[in-house]
Amino acid sequence: MLRIEGLQVRLGDREILKGVDLEIREGEVHILFGPNGSGKTSLLMTLMGYPQYRVTAGKIVFKGIDITHMPVHERAGLGMGMSYQRPPTIHGLKTRDMVSICAGNRDQDVESLASQVNMGDFLDRDLNAGFSGGEIKRSELLQLMAQNPELLLFDEPESGVDMENIALIGNAIADLLERNSTGLSGSCRKKAHPGRRKMGLIITHTGYILNYVPADRGQVLFDGVIACRGNPQEIFQTISRSGYQECIECMT
Amino acid sequence: MHDIDEKTRKAQEAKEKKAAYGRDIDLDTYCVEGECLEPLAGLDQLTQEDRSIMLKAGVDATEQDRSGSYIQKDTSAIYATSLMDGLEILPIKEALKHDWINEYYWKLADVGQDKYTARAYTDLHNGYVIRSLPGARVTFPVQACLYLHQDALSQNVHNIIIASEDSELHVITGCVSGSHVIKGLHVGVSEFFVKKNAKLSFTMIHHWAQGMLVRPRSVGVVEEGGLFLNNYVSMKPVKSLQMYPATRLIGKGAVARFYSLLVGHPGSELDVGGRILLNAPETRAEIIARAISNGGTVISRGHLAGDIPGIKAHLECRGLILNGGDILAIPELHGKAEGVDMSHEAAVGKINQDEILYLMSRGLSEDEATATIVRGFMSVDIPGLPPDLKNQIDAAVAQTNQEVM
Repeated sequence: MLRIEGLQVRLGDREILKGVDLEIREGEVHILFGPNGSGKTSLLMTLMGYPQYRVTAGKIVFKGIDITHMPVHERAGLGMGMSYQRPPTIHGLKTRDMVSICAGNRDQDVESLASQVNMGDFLDRDLNAGFSGGEIKRSELLQLMAQNPELLLFDEPESGVDMENIALIGNAIADLLERNSTGLSGSCRKKAHPGRRKMGLIITHTGYILNYVPADRGQVLFDGVIACRGNPQEIFQTISRSGYQECIECMT
Repeated sequence: MHDIDEKTRKAQEAKEKKAAYGRDIDLDTYCVEGECLEPLAGLDQLTQEDRSIMLKAGVDATEQDRSGSYIQKDTSAIYATSLMDGLEILPIKEALKHDWINEYYWKLADVGQDKYTARAYTDLHNGYVIRSLPGARVTFPVQACLYLHQDALSQNVHNIIIASEDSELHVITGCVSGSHVIKGLHVGVSEFFVKKNAKLSFTMIHHWAQGMLVRPRSVGVVEEGGLFLNNYVSMKPVKSLQMYPATRLIGKGAVARFYSLLVGHPGSELDVGGRILLNAPETRAEIIARAISNGGTVISRGHLAGDIPGIKAHLECRGLILNGGDILAIPELHGKAEGVDMSHEAAVGKINQDEILYLMSRGLSEDEATATIVRGFMSVDIPGLPPDLKNQIDAAVAQTNQEVM
């Protein structure tokens, strides 16, 4: 379980998160909505432990352990993983070698994982060097497949992906989150999958991901606080219809 | 005879002449007399210690996957053997007994350049001549080792490499010093001749002692359709190293590529350049340097000059500052005609923190992430190098990395 309590975060001299409360229980997938600049990416980076996001109040508890000040690699070791929107290029590091790094000492067949997300031809290229938007997303997914975390953070996993690859990405994310059968609503699915443990927190603007990954809850982040919670489909429809205004009013 | 008098005169005049770059060295503090060693019948006669020292610079005493070897210990050539038809390997003092060597000896390098070239002429110890004959395909590398074993010696070497028309030749030269060497001076003149449609790769790995002073002086020429790959690796601490190898592309379509991997440790001064002159149509040149300062000083110079429309040349220097230290990148482009296509990029900085955190979020510790990025930084794909030789360079880099980083 992930529990965030009263989280306040500064980036430089700007207060970005102003008291976020959020709880993701075992087996749950949450969608994080919010307009540009509302702090969504900052929340994910803070959860992953990026030190420039300075926690000034509150705490983050994962699997019963207070990880608020834990270094990034220890969080990864504890079972957290992230798909970045704009990961850095690492010259001289082959994608294949990065996938092996992600696998750690688990025995993973890199070739077969890569073929699942059409990344076979990229294994011998420098990581993210000259990758298109969609290729970056597939590379991030490939790394997470090898890493196999329990809590997965996705920062706009479908942005820049062409329509042809949306289904591929959507289904790969559903697989990672143990949600690969379709047609059931969130709560029914949970009953049908008592063994499901993976947790997910997904930032999406387009909402396409909802067609492939049934989510349990939606949260709207606005100006550094959670402004609205509810059924992710309903929230998405509201935002699509009348923007974020209605969500904010819901808070007040 | 006239020629010899001329060189002697130039050497006399340049005896005290300081080099254009690098700290000045008092040559008199280094001895030029070395013990005269008997030639070896085979490399299995090398001591275990010598073998393991040579291996660090890519010289393998088993000669597996090698076309031949030249070994010089201090002032003596102790082994020179070709294992292939169409390949000649001989000590330069042997070669100088033949007339044909006069076409090459001091034809590119200038005796009067500075006190180091002068000394290599007046106090020549030995060196190698490696020649692939016309049409020969010497695909396994020739290995050469210049081994400085005697403390405080000035080792003066002159090497000549000739890739004859339509031949292919790969040479790996390891320069090493013995474990007890505290100080020493290595002066090495090298002349490279890449003839019509020939392909030469020359890879030099330096593995010196901390107190060594090193002054290589290299000049090359590439004829029509020829390819010259010049790779240089220096990752071990060395007191002062200065070199500025130059190559002229004189035939249509000639290509030269220089790659260097440099690490400057605390107390080390590396001043390494590369100069390629594009003097014929359709010639191409590339100079790529990767420099890490781990607390020392690294100067990375590059100079490309072209005077024919349509030539293409690129210069790239990336520097990484790890634990303080100093990197100076000096890229120079000189276009002397309309229609030349020349570019450079230089970047000096520290490791991007985002890259470290990215790798940490995949499970690596901060130190592991840093090492992975440094390894990647130093791994340069060199087009045209046989995979086997590429593996040997990678292995040498990996071993040095492990030892010193």
